[in-house]
Amino acid sequence: METLTFLLWQLVRFAIFLAVALAVTFPFLYAVLAAGERGEEDRSPAGLFWRGMFWLVVGLIVLVAVFPFYYAILSSLETGTALFRVNYLPESFNLANYRDVLTRPAFVRAVGNSVFVATITVIAALILAVTASYALARVRFRGRGLLLMTILAVSMFPQIAVLSGLYELINWLGLYNTPWSLILSYTIFTLPFTVWVLTTFMRDLPIEIEEAAIMDGASPWIIITRVFMPLLWPALVTTGLLAFIGAWNEFLFALTFTISENQRTVPVAIAIFTGASVQEIPWGPIMAASVLVTVPLIVLVLVFQRKIVAGLTAGGVKG
Amino acid sequence: MANIQLRNVVKAFGAAKVIKGVDLEIRRGEFMVFVGPSGCGKSTLLRLIAGLETITSGDLLFDGERMNSVLPSKRGIAMVFQSYALYPHMTVYENMAFGMKLAGASKEELDARVRRAARMLQIDHLLERLPRQLSGGQRQRVAIGRAITRDPRVFLFDEPLSNLDAALRVATRLEIAKLHHEMRDVTMIYVTHDQVEAMTLADRICVLRDGRVEQVGTPAELYDHPANLFVAGFIGSPRMNFIEGPIAAEHGCATLGVRSEHLDLVSEEEGTWTGRVVHAEDLGSDNYLFVDMGLSEPVIVRQPGKVAVAMGEQVWLRPQPGRLHRFDGNGQPIPVPMAAE
Repeated sequence: METLTFLLWQLVRFAIFLAVALAVTFPFLYAVLAAGERGEEDRSPAGLFWRGMFWLVVGLIVLVAVFPFYYAILSSLETGTALFRVNYLPESFNLANYRDVLTRPAFVRAVGNSVFVATITVIAALILAVTASYALARVRFRGRGLLLMTILAVSMFPQIAVLSGLYELINWLGLYNTPWSLILSYTIFTLPFTVWVLTTFMRDLPIEIEEAAIMDGASPWIIITRVFMPLLWPALVTTGLLAFIGAWNEFLFALTFTISENQRTVPVAIAIFTGASVQEIPWGPIMAASVLVTVPLIVLVLVFQRKIVAGLTAGGVKG
Repeated sequence: MANIQLRNVVKAFGAAKVIKGVDLEIRRGEFMVFVGPSGCGKSTLLRLIAGLETITSGDLLFDGERMNSVLPSKRGIAMVFQSYALYPHMTVYENMAFGMKLAGASKEELDARVRRAARMLQIDHLLERLPRQLSGGQRQRVAIGRAITRDPRVFLFDEPLSNLDAALRVATRLEIAKLHHEMRDVTMIYVTHDQVEAMTLADRICVLRDGRVEQVGTPAELYDHPANLFVAGFIGSPRMNFIEGPIAAEHGCATLGVRSEHLDLVSEEEGTWTGRVVHAEDLGSDNYLFVDMGLSEPVIVRQPGKVAVAMGEQVWLRPQPGRLHRFDGNGQPIPVPMAAE
């Protein structure tokens, strides 16, 4: 009976949550649609109102996305008890935490490890995925559909399910406690996504361009590197960036496959930061370290965002 | 530069035969047009010659040399695609130079060839542009230029005009005809479903249907002496009138064919056939009258200039003597056209 009441209550709560979520999102959605429909030119009060609503929605989304990071920056600049006072505006500008973090050799070493692991993972994943997706998208062979589904199925398993198996494999390969163990496992986990995205992109490239290249005497390798890669540039950047972020943030494998301090990657290094005593969690340095390792990602995204030029293929065929 | 021979060429995709044994000789320097309804295999035949598809059985010879398993780039051919197929990320110059660069040509030779081809097509001012900055007509010129740069012995065109608008199509058609005159020793093969393009460009036309060659000949031969009912109906616009039943029987055939311009409007006394005008199309220079003679389809009569015929009016027709085509029950022509009357 008690379980039933409990379940019922959970159901009611879920319904309330759903109702609130819908009630909140629907006007937002409507505001976006209405603003889009009216366009930039509409100067009537209704038009201005909906445009205002549109920017309000944008502002809210940005706020939700950016606030945690903003709060991390605020906290990283505070020390002592100031850390535990809630404040929304900068009150102190103390770089002590950053100094602390950057003088920990383990952390600096971990950043280096992370950069190495993430970069090699991206390179390996892209090389394998580009060649695989060319075959999957363009070469007719028996069992192609099945192979594609199998590749997708690989990503079905949660990390924890394959952890022990992968651990055995890495041990057997003699990669335990080396960056290569992480590179191997991250590549395995990003490949399905990368291959799928690139296969879709590759399939959409006009077949005539490939045939023209064949007539020009291009081998498959030349077609991939000189003709397709430049056209796939936006897709490569997107998937490469996601693979990089995935490898950069990964925690479970990094914790399991490395043991010594100088082989750790950043997420693990931050997690095992120690304070002055066992009871103290060093929030200040943790926040400073988090900010430091997040900034490169933000810079990467901002840089490549400009490079992702839509419609690069426009003009090659028809149009 | 090449004499192309196809000997009993068959192409099958799995169990489906698309090309069902084609024997064809294309002479050196000739402009050959493959024409036929969609799905007749004309594009496939072109792609077999190009080497983009492998030949299931039979032989393909260039100047007596077997080409079946020679790489496309080693056959000495260049191809212009329907969708232009320019490399979007390369400038016009790079597009034209790509093939030669891969072949390892020297920089000077490459430059000279690209510039010569560009001058020929009047695209030398566009060399630094990207394909997306060009109009459709310019893109097609660049595609042709890319083909010329390769200095091929065989030039293949796969419906190169079908993406252009009507005015541009006529202009580019002229351009291609000019190209053929300038490159006298290059064999050209051109695929189209448009019989006007075929008639105007070709030295010889090859009419295909359902993976087989129906007839090969000069445009005039095909127009005046179609080898069968299909060619008679396919070549010429408007379509040749086919008359069956008692009128055909009178002439000793199963189907009597007569082109619209070979029918004259005459007075009642002179008329052989009669019917009512059910529809008229005025094209300015010509009038097409659709005359219902009680057959399954109205007979089309082409009259130059203006004709004042009211809808529903009864008219009398007389076929011009010696211009009738007679076909037997299998669609084969019965030789010696019988004079009317």
